[in-house]
Amino acid sequence: MRTPNDLELAKLTKRYGDTVAVNGISHLFAPASYVCLLGPSGCGKSTTLRMIAGHESVSDGNIVLEGKEIAHLPPAQRGTAMMFQSYALFPHLSVRDNVAFSLKMKGVDKATRYAKANTLLELVAMTHLADRMPAQLSGGQQQRVALARALITEPRVLLLDEPLSALDPFLRIRMRAELKRLQRELEITFIHVTHGQDEALALADEVVVMNNAVIEQAGPPREVWGKPRTEFVARFMGGHNVVTVDGGRYAIRSDVIRIGAEGLPATTTGVEYQGDRVAVTTRTAADEEIVALMPEDAFFTQPINPGDAVQLGWDARWQHLLEA
Amino acid sequence: MKSAKSETLKGWALALPLLVVLLGFLLLPIVMITIVSFWQATEFSIIPAFSLENYEFLFGSSVTYKVFWATFRYALITWALTLLIGFTVAYYLAFHIRSSNVQTILFLVCTIPFLTSNIIRMISWIPFLGRNGIANQTLIGMGVINEPLEWLLYSDFSVILAFVHLYTLFMIVPIFNTMMRIDRSLIEAARDNGASGRQILTNVILPLSKPGIMIGTIFVLTLVMGDFITVRVMSGSQAANVGRLISNDISLLQYPSASATSVVLLVTVLLIIGTLMRFVNIRKEL
Repeated sequence: MRTPNDLELAKLTKRYGDTVAVNGISHLFAPASYVCLLGPSGCGKSTTLRMIAGHESVSDGNIVLEGKEIAHLPPAQRGTAMMFQSYALFPHLSVRDNVAFSLKMKGVDKATRYAKANTLLELVAMTHLADRMPAQLSGGQQQRVALARALITEPRVLLLDEPLSALDPFLRIRMRAELKRLQRELEITFIHVTHGQDEALALADEVVVMNNAVIEQAGPPREVWGKPRTEFVARFMGGHNVVTVDGGRYAIRSDVIRIGAEGLPATTTGVEYQGDRVAVTTRTAADEEIVALMPEDAFFTQPINPGDAVQLGWDARWQHLLEA
Repeated sequence: MKSAKSETLKGWALALPLLVVLLGFLLLPIVMITIVSFWQATEFSIIPAFSLENYEFLFGSSVTYKVFWATFRYALITWALTLLIGFTVAYYLAFHIRSSNVQTILFLVCTIPFLTSNIIRMISWIPFLGRNGIANQTLIGMGVINEPLEWLLYSDFSVILAFVHLYTLFMIVPIFNTMMRIDRSLIEAARDNGASGRQILTNVILPLSKPGIMIGTIFVLTLVMGDFITVRVMSGSQAANVGRLISNDISLLQYPSASATSVVLLVTVLLIIGTLMRFVNIRKEL
């Protein structure tokens, strides 16, 4: 489905000398969706984001937003705004002045820009701290200010570069709920770069998995997690075993592996208690590692110890054939 | 409790050497100068008795005000020029040179002139600027002027030229240092918010470089305010500043009078720096 206000990457390429950071990727982002660019470090996801933002020049290809080629426009004229990993708040300006910065650059008078800044501070629930300096704020508060500063430019696409990585785990979960809420309220596209698959699964309408400068797989989180196209995706998204059956490579979810009386023989190499579940790591005769996730009560009725010989079984319908 | 006490003791013990050095080599001499400034002196003797006559003479003489004003003027003009050059050079080094190797090399190039002594660098201007010096001969040769320019040497021009030459590095180094600490993502964030190159300079880089500018300012001001040799050499003994006033008194063995002038100069410079420090917090730079 194409609408006039979507973002499209066309054979987008970034080269640094002989190294290719992003290799001709093409993708159409659904409008007003929450997209997570996911991948290991060095896969080109941040470079892609920075090219969309205009902070990295495009070696080849194009970026189209609302039917307009934006790849060679300066960052502020693209209709995008970026939220930086370390938030990049101006340390010499108060929270309100930080948020109003882009309006000041446009020459908007003080009363108007402060009024606008106050509306945005309200949106991120930071009105009470508007006169503080960034150094006096916690990580979570700094992030809200950075959000408000990016949103004041009324972007059609908000680009977030690992926005949650600087926060502690507890705050991270709270902030990601907030990001999702904002995206739904504002009805604009959020493109969120992350290397955490749980973050991507929790937030995204669409997950784009990148590896080695190309897109490995893109789709709704349930599809990407449940039907990984390649071995890389299966392993990176987690919760899967990659097993060779009759010469084919299959992904099998760890939680459907049964340890029972019959099946594939294997040796237990590790047992990890995870609270609600227990992860039993085993090694087969073919030297493949298979993890079985067992409900913790089932595990403790018949505990398994490292070194024990076990039999692994699963329903054939869970075998998902990998393309690569 | 015992360990807390021994920690305190250890802290004092560690601070002691510095304390002794500062007391012996900074505070004591200043106290001595202050005491001597209240002594009396005649052409042939110094009388260690309390008297205000040195200060009375100093504040009563129009020469003092003239010379102090001349010193301020040198300091102000030198400050403005070194700031302009220093900021530009530091900005270029910090933001336009991408490779950190080139950055280091260029920075070291800036310091090379400092491998020679101040006096030699000063004197080397003289054959260049003199009546029949390279500058005048080149200008005449090019047909720009017919007569040699007299104001090139032994003038305020040559004094300020020498000051700027000698002290610009003291501006470059602290400003460069502060600029290198500016998070580069701030520049990108400013650009993302639509700031032009000039707006980034005035709204982000300049305010964030303030502590460096302030430290450089303190260096340049104190160096120029306390200088006597540059003014003597480069003005051909025709211009005066407070430093020369003091050095003349010393050569005439008028130590009490020299001390009084020194105390006034010290207080003036401290007042200026104190005022400057109120505007910019440099503590986070140290």
